[in-house]
Amino acid sequence: MMYKRDPELIREVLGKKVQFILGDIACVYGGLLAGCSFFGGYPITPASEVAEGMARRLPRVKGTYIQMEDEIGSIAAVIGAAWGGAKSMTATSGPGFSLMMENYGYAVMTETPCVIVNIQRTGPSTGQPTLGAQGDMMQARWGTHGDFEAIALAPSTVQECMDFTVEAFNLAEKYRNPVCVMADGEMGDLRERVVIPDEKDLKIINRVPATIDKDKFIPFTNSQTRNSKVPDFPTFGTGYHTYVTGLTHNEKGFPATDKQPDHEKLVKRITTKITDDIDKLTNVEKLYLDDAKTVFVTYGASARPAESAMEMARAKGKKIGMLRLKLVWPFPFKEIQKLASKVDKIIVPEMNLGQIVHPVREYVEGQCKVVSAPKIGGEMHLPHELYKYLEGK
Amino acid sequence: MPDIKTADKLNKKYLRGDMWPTIFCNGCGHGVVLDYTFWAIEELGLDMDKTVFVSGIGCSSRLPGYINADGLHTTHGRAIAFATGIKAANPDLNIIVFTGDGDCSGIGGNHLIHAARRNIDMTVIMINNFTYGMTGGQLSPTAPLGSIATTAPYGNIEHPFDICELVKALGANYVARWTVSHPYRPMKSVKAGLEKKGFSLIEFFSPCPTAYGRRNKLGDIKKHWKWYDDNTILIEEYNKIMKYGSDEEKEKTKNKMQIGVFQDIEKPGFFEQYEKLLKGLQDKRGKGGKK
Repeated sequence: MMYKRDPELIREVLGKKVQFILGDIACVYGGLLAGCSFFGGYPITPASEVAEGMARRLPRVKGTYIQMEDEIGSIAAVIGAAWGGAKSMTATSGPGFSLMMENYGYAVMTETPCVIVNIQRTGPSTGQPTLGAQGDMMQARWGTHGDFEAIALAPSTVQECMDFTVEAFNLAEKYRNPVCVMADGEMGDLRERVVIPDEKDLKIINRVPATIDKDKFIPFTNSQTRNSKVPDFPTFGTGYHTYVTGLTHNEKGFPATDKQPDHEKLVKRITTKITDDIDKLTNVEKLYLDDAKTVFVTYGASARPAESAMEMARAKGKKIGMLRLKLVWPFPFKEIQKLASKVDKIIVPEMNLGQIVHPVREYVEGQCKVVSAPKIGGEMHLPHELYKYLEGK
Repeated sequence: MPDIKTADKLNKKYLRGDMWPTIFCNGCGHGVVLDYTFWAIEELGLDMDKTVFVSGIGCSSRLPGYINADGLHTTHGRAIAFATGIKAANPDLNIIVFTGDGDCSGIGGNHLIHAARRNIDMTVIMINNFTYGMTGGQLSPTAPLGSIATTAPYGNIEHPFDICELVKALGANYVARWTVSHPYRPMKSVKAGLEKKGFSLIEFFSPCPTAYGRRNKLGDIKKHWKWYDDNTILIEEYNKIMKYGSDEEKEKTKNKMQIGVFQDIEKPGFFEQYEKLLKGLQDKRGKGGKK
């Protein structure tokens, strides 16, 4: 039996509208609200609570939870489930994310909608399990081999862990691409108040299923029914007899590995289907940008101490602002370009040795000063540490 | 006149015309395995709209491309894990995995082990040619001792992996091994595997004259098939000789590779168990129990 999203049952399983829960559990809630019916996962701190939360709740909404043998198997099963017709997700942390990289690229190449929650911890290697970091931001963008476009969101609150997981499913379904929720250990292990949206306020996007005549259907080309570079989805078992391969393929899906134009055509379509929509995708929060001369560009957990530092400075009359990237990939470069022409200085606090500061510098193109404010070791920046950057120290 | 099924008719029915010709070399056994699979599918009358072929990387993993059905050609070694997800999303689908010795027992060993242990409902057809053929003949985990490979130029000193023994120990419902030189019983085995709930694995010894045969004095395909006949023995016969045979017979037999059906049991498959779990939860809900 195929899964059918049952809003009433989901809400019964989620419980009260207002709750005080962990960020990891909020990701579970987001998945269930979006209609996720398959979770394949493998235990890893600090993401295990996502798997545990799914193991408890997914069967109760008639979905399927399987603890796979490793993270490679987890993402593989998640992609398989998507082709079987499910909305599917997995959750992991740094080492598991590294293991998933090959199949992450497979999902890109085969245009498979799926969601990966990464509750980041410090690295490299095993690093500091349980302690948060933002060290995988570039891995989400460049971690698998070859040319591709990533879609990644970075929550700064537990509420956003839930909301962004719903959004991740929507974007995955819309663009037929894997989407990462790049939470950090801080968010995963933080307990906060969340409000579960009512069904009428919930925006749910589902992939467009293939409906046209089976003889006329072309699986890997622009949609044949809409004006879109995203093809309609021929779910396995619906009679379309689709061949899906990670090899460079022609429009029919058959291997076409020896000619340059075939590869260029395919990869340009699966990247521009995302970059063409950069304006629609861009999702930022702007604080005090009207008069600010020094601005924090932030995301995830590090937005919180940055906001505190900004408020401290504002109280003293300093013209400080903040641009928070809710969607980090594709990079909202137009927002950065606009900002660079207006401000004197951009400070980028990150729980890594400087990752998102690089695309910021790339798009600032020397128009203003860009300062990296790194902190590693599993601790968040303290507001006064960031405040020092505002004093130019 | 009764409708006589011929390989040609089956090919027309089940092959995907657009993909012709195949990548396979002269003498390769993969086509034979595909043919046996078609016969089994035909006998069972499987609905090809509801059958998904999954594979990893390697020559055998190219087979789904030639079949007129849904196919997922995945990453190296991971086919079984992908297949697990497909089945989970839609348990009504029949799942057939084509994989090779390197794909299945080398890089993909972990997924094989756990799918067999979980008794995931799928049929794995592992085509064992003792080599990594697509990449030019490197050493495979199943290669017999002494085999020459590009990465074992002085002869293989590693003990070969008996995949059937492994999968049997894990409690899979159906485990069999044949060579492509046997015409009838392998078809019956594929059919039995497809009919089974839970995990079934059928291993085929299948020649790779190009990458394995050439280096191991089996480049001539007739010689290769004869080598199978000379070096394999039916499990029933093997057991008989080991029990009642003379010392000389035992000595001659003990190193032969066993073929036949090694396991044929009825344990509930994973998704049957999962359905029960779901039903239990819904019954509890109906009774207003703890949600």
